[in-house]
Amino acid sequence: MKLESHLRERREAGHKLLVPYVTGGLGAGWRDVLRAVAAAGADAIEVGIPFSDPVMDGKTIQEASQRALEIGATPDAIIADLRGIDIDIPIAVMTYYNPVFHAGHERFASALADAGVDAAIIPDLPFDELDGWGDAADRARVETVLLAAPTTPEERLRLICERSRGFVYAVALMGVTGERANLPEQALTMGRRCSKVTDRPVLLGVGISTPEQAVQAAGAADGVVVGSALVRRLLQGGGPDEAGAFVAGLRAALDAAT
Amino acid sequence: MTSLARGEPVLLGPAGPEPTGLGRFEGDFGGRFVPESLVPALEELEHEFRAAWHSDEFRREFADLLQSYAGRPTPVTECHRLSERLGVRVLLKREDLTHTGSHKINNVLGQALLTRRMSKRRLIAETGAGQHGVATATAAALFGLECIVFMGAVDVERQSLNVFRMRLLGAEVIPVHSGSATLKDAINDALRDWVATVETTHYCIGSVVGPHPYPWMVREFQRVVGDEARTQCRALLGGDPDVVVACVGGGSNAIGTFAGFVDTDARLVGVEAAGLGLESGKHGASVNRGVPGVLHGAKSLFLQDEHGQIREAHSISAGLDYPGVGPEHAALAAAGRAEYACATDHEALDAFQALSVTEGIVPALEPSHALAWVTRAAREGSIAPGSTVLVTLSGRGDKDAMQVAEHLSGDSR
Ligand SMILES: Cc1ncc(COP(=O)(O)O)c(C=O)c1O
Repeated sequence: MKLESHLRERREAGHKLLVPYVTGGLGAGWRDVLRAVAAAGADAIEVGIPFSDPVMDGKTIQEASQRALEIGATPDAIIADLRGIDIDIPIAVMTYYNPVFHAGHERFASALADAGVDAAIIPDLPFDELDGWGDAADRARVETVLLAAPTTPEERLRLICERSRGFVYAVALMGVTGERANLPEQALTMGRRCSKVTDRPVLLGVGISTPEQAVQAAGAADGVVVGSALVRRLLQGGGPDEAGAFVAGLRAALDAAT
Repeated sequence: MTSLARGEPVLLGPAGPEPTGLGRFEGDFGGRFVPESLVPALEELEHEFRAAWHSDEFRREFADLLQSYAGRPTPVTECHRLSERLGVRVLLKREDLTHTGSHKINNVLGQALLTRRMSKRRLIAETGAGQHGVATATAAALFGLECIVFMGAVDVERQSLNVFRMRLLGAEVIPVHSGSATLKDAINDALRDWVATVETTHYCIGSVVGPHPYPWMVREFQRVVGDEARTQCRALLGGDPDVVVACVGGGSNAIGTFAGFVDTDARLVGVEAAGLGLESGKHGASVNRGVPGVLHGAKSLFLQDEHGQIREAHSISAGLDYPGVGPEHAALAAAGRAEYACATDHEALDAFQALSVTEGIVPALEPSHALAWVTRAAREGSIAPGSTVLVTLSGRGDKDAMQVAEHLSGDSR
């Protein structure tokens, strides 16, 4: 349970948690982006395995996924690229259920485990449909991070927080990924609701785009996931340096606030 | 026994079987694979639909609308001249004669009633050919609801008449440019909208696809096609037809038709789009060439590559240009209860013209695929001479006239 234990340790040491998202296979040097992000103070990294039909993603991550697919990104190649990468923080892959189902639960879980990937996030595989994958992932010691949404009722929220591994991904707003001008009040409510029913790390994600928003959100949760704001910089031609600088800015803001 | 003539009351048959577990059909097809944000709304919809479908009041309201607004029952027409040509007895279930011109209106009126029951004020829909978009815009106008229709940019081009109709009816049409810019991508964007608006918005899905309860609910709203046809065939033929045929995009007109005959001895045939030919890779034959997968909320058969990326479909008809099929079709195929054939763009164009000149009925390009298969099967003898064949004519061809005209002038050049 490397992701969860690592995040718990960091939290116990008094840090707010920062998990940036990077689309896998987005350019030949994408692993250098991971290295830069790790060096800039990320606590874990979410690596997107692009899917042709990402229904939980807004324009930025859609475009990144499509670009990565066009230059040949595949689940196998991305997982192979992650094998033994020289990064000392946990890695979670984020993908959709079809590539997992297509590969086969057992095969996908063991491929992740063999590559040293610690966890998986599959946003279109809700709690009720988790069984086949969830069991295979447990057996392979891959942590499955579940999402909780603002519309999730109380009893179900409790079950989701209980079944989640690694952390609880608290969806900060009603909508798909993408930058927003403001953090909605809903985000803070969501962070507090989850934290009340679990002692697992709770990270707010979706729509969190700036250091200010990250600090605000982290006030109601253990930390944040930041995706589109980082991926946009990569799409606009930014490389590892720019990615690292952006993450360092988030890190500094979070540290200054604690 | 009722005559089921036009203007007679619509008699809804008994409710059909529910899928088991979390929306599962045989073979584990179906399910509810959606982002967490949508789960509570789908649970609510499932409960509302179940309660409504067993409520006499709801059924009466639905039946009244189907009669007084949509113009049901639709007739079954015997095609004497076509039958003579093909050597089999061809009967058409005339969904082209419904208000708005296709079977899509049946499902939409049911979902609009449910929307009102759930006190939602906004409808969103995806559309391929535009028929479902037009039907949804129509129901939205009738019920005073806001209506947004997502439509692939490619389809906006090839079905411009329907885009105009939707706008005329007060709907907003949003062209979708992502991916293949067709039906699959329109569904993606509708789902993305719904993830943000689910508390006030109903997603009116146009076929037997999507997460539970849609495949079941849409089948139930479309089963009136098959239930009527069965009664009409018995009056006309004194029994069930030998073969029952319908085109399959997502599969709603086919499943609605099959629902009336699944417990008879009739041979059930769904006809998919073979596009430029199965070997070309440019087709929409998800049962014939797809593999199990999960897309748009359900486990079913999808066209995909070796990594599980969904492939783009191709068909001359926008309504069949979808790389998947509803989960109940995957189940019927796996169980061997229905067979799935296909017809190419070219064959569909021929059938489009053939029905027009032999019967004075201009079919939509989608059911032209079903007619094309019947034509080929009769010629090749895979339908025995003299058999009775019921074909669901799911829609009329006005929307396709311009596109066909362009193809034909292209051919003769
Ligand atoms: C006339 C007509 N037939 C068939 C279809 C295909 O849909 P389904 O397979 O759900 O009946 C469409 C879809 O747009 C249509 O407009």
